[in-house]
Amino acid sequence: KSSVQTIGEEQIQNPYTELLVLKGHQDIVRFLVQIDDCRFASAGDDGIVLLWNAETGEKLFELHGHTHKITAIAPFSSPDASEEKNHLILTASADRTVIIWDCTSGRQVQKVSCFHSTVKCLTVLQRLDVWLSGGSDLCVWNRKLDLLCKTSHLTDAGISALVELPKNCVAAAVGKELIIFRLIATIDGSEGWNVLEVKRLVDHQDNILSLVSVNDLTFVTGSHVGELIVWNALDWTKQVTECNFWDSSVHPDVQPEIKLSQSPNETSVQHLTSDEECVFAAVGKGIYVYNLQMKRVIACQRTAHDSSVLHIEKLPNRQLISCSEDGSVRIWELREKQQLPAEPVATGFFNMWGFGRANKQGNQAAKKMQENTPMYFLELVGDLIGHSSAVQMFLYFGELGLATCSADHLIILWKDGERESRLRSLTLFQKLAQNGDLQLRF
Amino acid sequence: MISAPDVVAFTREEELEDELCSEPPLPEEYSVPLFPFASHGANPWAKVASSKFTRDFILISEFSEQVGPQPLLTIPDDAKVSGTFDLNYFSLRIMSVDYQASFVGHPPGSAYPKLNFVEDSKVVLGDSKEGAFAYVHHLTLYDLEARGFVRPFCMAYISADEHKIMQQFQELSAEFSKASECLKTGNRKAFANELEKKLKDLDYTRTVLHNETEIQKKANDKGYYTTQAIEKANELASVEKSIIEHQDLLKQIRSYPYRKLKESDFHPYEPECALDQVNAGCDQDLTTSDLPEPGETHLYTHMPSYTPKLIKAKSAKCFDKKLKTLEELCDIYFFTQTLDQLHQIERTFRGDVCYLLTDQISRALLKQQSVTNFLFEDVSFLDEKPHEKQYRGCQGLSQDAIDRKCLEESPAPKVVISLGSYKSSVECVPIKMEQEVEDSQEPKMTESMTFEHQENLDYLDADIKGSISSGESIEVLGTEKSAPGLTKSESQASLPVSPSPQVGRSKVGSRRTVSEDSIEVLSTCPSESLIPEDFKASYPSAINEEPYVDDEEGGLRFTPKLNTDHADEQEDISKQENLVQVDSACCIGKESPNFLEPLPDLGQKPCDEDGVVRIPPQPYRQAEQRLRGSFGGFPSHDGISGGLLPYELDPHYLTSSREVSKSSLDECSDSTSYISSAASTCSDRTPSPAHLACQASERHKKKAGQNALRFIRQYPFAHPAIYSLLSGRTLIVLGEEEAIVKKLVTALSIFVPNCSIYAKPVKHWVTSPLHIVDFQKWKLIGLQRMVSPAGVNVLHTLSRYSRYISILDADSKTLRCPLYKGTLVSRLADHRTQIKRGSTYYMHVQSILTQLCSKAFLFTFCHHLHLPISERESEESVVNRRMNFLKLQLGLANEDIKIVQYLAELLKLQYIQEPGQGVNPLLRFDYVPSFLYKI
Repeated sequence: KSSVQTIGEEQIQNPYTELLVLKGHQDIVRFLVQIDDCRFASAGDDGIVLLWNAETGEKLFELHGHTHKITAIAPFSSPDASEEKNHLILTASADRTVIIWDCTSGRQVQKVSCFHSTVKCLTVLQRLDVWLSGGSDLCVWNRKLDLLCKTSHLTDAGISALVELPKNCVAAAVGKELIIFRLIATIDGSEGWNVLEVKRLVDHQDNILSLVSVNDLTFVTGSHVGELIVWNALDWTKQVTECNFWDSSVHPDVQPEIKLSQSPNETSVQHLTSDEECVFAAVGKGIYVYNLQMKRVIACQRTAHDSSVLHIEKLPNRQLISCSEDGSVRIWELREKQQLPAEPVATGFFNMWGFGRANKQGNQAAKKMQENTPMYFLELVGDLIGHSSAVQMFLYFGELGLATCSADHLIILWKDGERESRLRSLTLFQKLAQNGDLQLRF
Repeated sequence: MISAPDVVAFTREEELEDELCSEPPLPEEYSVPLFPFASHGANPWAKVASSKFTRDFILISEFSEQVGPQPLLTIPDDAKVSGTFDLNYFSLRIMSVDYQASFVGHPPGSAYPKLNFVEDSKVVLGDSKEGAFAYVHHLTLYDLEARGFVRPFCMAYISADEHKIMQQFQELSAEFSKASECLKTGNRKAFANELEKKLKDLDYTRTVLHNETEIQKKANDKGYYTTQAIEKANELASVEKSIIEHQDLLKQIRSYPYRKLKESDFHPYEPECALDQVNAGCDQDLTTSDLPEPGETHLYTHMPSYTPKLIKAKSAKCFDKKLKTLEELCDIYFFTQTLDQLHQIERTFRGDVCYLLTDQISRALLKQQSVTNFLFEDVSFLDEKPHEKQYRGCQGLSQDAIDRKCLEESPAPKVVISLGSYKSSVECVPIKMEQEVEDSQEPKMTESMTFEHQENLDYLDADIKGSISSGESIEVLGTEKSAPGLTKSESQASLPVSPSPQVGRSKVGSRRTVSEDSIEVLSTCPSESLIPEDFKASYPSAINEEPYVDDEEGGLRFTPKLNTDHADEQEDISKQENLVQVDSACCIGKESPNFLEPLPDLGQKPCDEDGVVRIPPQPYRQAEQRLRGSFGGFPSHDGISGGLLPYELDPHYLTSSREVSKSSLDECSDSTSYISSAASTCSDRTPSPAHLACQASERHKKKAGQNALRFIRQYPFAHPAIYSLLSGRTLIVLGEEEAIVKKLVTALSIFVPNCSIYAKPVKHWVTSPLHIVDFQKWKLIGLQRMVSPAGVNVLHTLSRYSRYISILDADSKTLRCPLYKGTLVSRLADHRTQIKRGSTYYMHVQSILTQLCSKAFLFTFCHHLHLPISERESEESVVNRRMNFLKLQLGLANEDIKIVQYLAELLKLQYIQEPGQGVNPLLRFDYVPSFLYKI
């Protein structure tokens, strides 16, 4: 029934041949955040924040302070690079507190508990050295945890996502609406800021689930019903709206799929990520690559996973990693197609099956096919199976490997076995030399 | 059957009976010829002089001042053990050799009696008439009522096998010293108690007398003393003197040098006990506060209430009074401890000497392989003496330096003497004997004749021995005054290195064959003083003309230059020797010139023409300690590394080891080895749990080996399954029946490399669905197959994690795992193997796995195979070099490479692990396709 592409057991290009299971959480682990080159923090429904060494898998600190599940986490490093860097993290929890932690000492620096509702997102504006918390209202804080200003009560649902825009602006996703706020310095020249609502954009038909800034000029939003809107980051005008790009009939080059219905879950834009030229969208079970220049989807894998894709990330080497509710992590490579027009498969052939393809006009699709055929395709180069439950998020550490967290309470560090082996050899000979055992003894 | 190795299987294992029963009877022409000396005794294993006891035992005797020598107890405490053996007579024998002058009394120039803290003496004696040989450990216990306050005792280990006593002398001595120390500690405690009581009595008596005198004084107005009064005054004076004497004694017994105990690794005191005593001491503080060493008193004041008695003025030296029993002489806690220790000794040395020696050797060799031994061996028992080890570890470097200094400066003589100390000239007998045997017996030897051959040995033995034929029944073969064989080890350590002129000498002669005396003391040794002059002076009867190099080292010695070179190889060899011990199947002689070369230098002619080694296994102690000394430097692993470069440099190593591995299996089936005959001086038929801790594992090994053998024969796809285990891929044994699954798991467990020294990654039975963590932790899992929804879940996880696991289905007899095309496993698990017995097969596996370990070691510790030589060198060329090494140098093919790589990875992890924290469990895997195998 599932037409998910499988790769089999031989995965030559998959570098991850070693894994380390990190245990420590007692509930779903939802967040991973990188602190510096080799440390990361994990947090989840058990309210504990754990700090890990990504190299060794050593647990550095256990941060206890929240009584409820953690709803947002953000790294907050001091801007002055001259002194030794002071790594902090902010965590917000359903107990309506925000705690700021020192990652070097593993101690709680300060706790704010004057919120009226759960803080659902945290954003740090490095440039202004302030941070924002978004719940039912938007608050602006400085490093000393002084409340600088706040908006009036927005909705009960609260802000679900925040993204920084140029010109001291932030975009906040509140339900179906996208609200643009601007921070304005107070007249007296002190450190104070005022926050001002600038614009409300109501173009989405359903709740906005994902919000990502592509570059200084554009940002992208995705909604629950699969709308993808590209916005101008300066004047907040809509540049492109893609509504049906996930529609299977538009991309007949992918394998035939038998579907009985199209539930909204399968079209919701769960997560967005981008590089300079493309936006990568996790839509339902699929992954779509949208080229901003060409303004169209250039590659897609409509059923990349057995279940919803929860997180995707673009790697520097044209690779893409996705994780899903089905418990697997997959590594994709964006490849250029060798011969252009794809196989001219008669759409009628699919229709012969008679079911699925609800309300899609085969003829139209056939016409569109020629121009919409992606020039790229996503090739599965490897999958990582280890978690027994939904993989919530992952963190790519480059050479150090990949950390994944899951609803099975585990974090797995995936590592390049070759590299690790080499490093161990290096350590071994260092230790030998240290012990003075390399000298000849006769 | 002639070619079958199992013929030599004399009675070591219980399963033998049913094994043999199950086999069809042999055709006449193949059967083993009857024992030629059958007329002498129906039992071919019986000793020449047919000892009157069935197995070794420990005898404790006393030289009672009332009745003379008398046996007190035997361990095991079973009348059957000693049988018709005359314990009284033997007690007389062993007590009569206690020549020790333990002077107690009033030494000239001293006002009070002095206690001597005498060292124990250790004697080996043989009673050829009784067919008994004994290690005799003399000790004295203090008894206030005894003559001179001392009572001589002795503990004797009695065996029918002379070689056992001689070759295990050091071990016996060390163990008995511990037991004796324990007993004496208890005795001192009891003695001190007794003294205290006595003091109280005296004190009380004094008070009473004093009062009486006062009364008399008052009553007496006559101005002169009555005789009665004078008598009383004298009595009082003598009581007072007695008090002073006893106080002095108490002081002496308390001033016993306790550091002695602290130095040794034996700690008789239990903390709770000490605590108890402290409390008790507090209660008693008032009464004891006037005593000289308040700090020490706690130990001896465990006497809550004692009502003093009046002591009669004339305490007659009565011979009719009952002497204290041994139990009364010693604090009960220590007494039971001592008995436990003696039982332990009895168990440890139970069985044949050959078995003991082999076990000691393999343990010593294993200890040397400190880097690799954790992989396939149970090394937990190697850490018997953790504090000692630690201590050595701390001092490793400095000791090393000292050792080297010794090596350079101290020339041979001293060393030689220290070794010659207890080695008597008698010990050359076995060697001479063997030479004769070589001449007379070898040509017509077949392996099946090893039993008779052994008997022949004994006959020869008898012929050679002068004293046996001379009718004198007691020989003191060697003595050593006190334990510290250990303290000498450092100087002994340098022995093989020193170019001693005696090394090459043939060791014949120097033995008194005809003796006028009924007691021959052939060699004794004062342990503390290593200076020969002292030695001779104090024991004039000792024969010390020819201080020999210790031939204990002869068996498996290697020349110093090559020593690290051979460490691993030796391990191999000893492994094979192990193998040989049981099934007499391996031909060691052919395998490597490196091994055999050094031996002729020692003048022992260990090989005969066709290169079969014929040295009975020898205790390994010295060599081991030498190695330990010379490495040092790590707190946790005290031995590798020095050997690194020699390995790389020695061109022979690889080739020879390859040859070894090639030959080992072929040779197994059809070559004969002489060595096994050395094992047949079997004095008793009890199994030998050479090491108590190993007893269970010994049985386990046997069982595992048997099951493994069955597995290999039954399952044609045993090879890929074993490959999975060796390459670190978790193997799941799936089945409905727990017993079947567990049996398979046990069988396969012998192939599982350990990830750390702590636990074997084997889980015998699991019923819940597996998790990724399980594969990280366990490498072999028995899993229940259920026909329920839960079972479906279990199977689902298996298919989900299929890339990490191989699945052996015990019910449908299928295996799903990666392909194996290497050659290593086929040598390890040949289904056509001639090996029939579990333990034999286990040893075969052990030997091959040890070779594998040495390859992995080599691979891991060759710098250039893992890291670039120069900075500019690309990673690629390093990889090429690595693969070339694995293929060409180590001779590995295909998947065998992965096995070695996996083992190397484990070695690395173990080595770089910081002492405090455990190895981070990580799961390594490959993306390789699996195949389904069916029967």
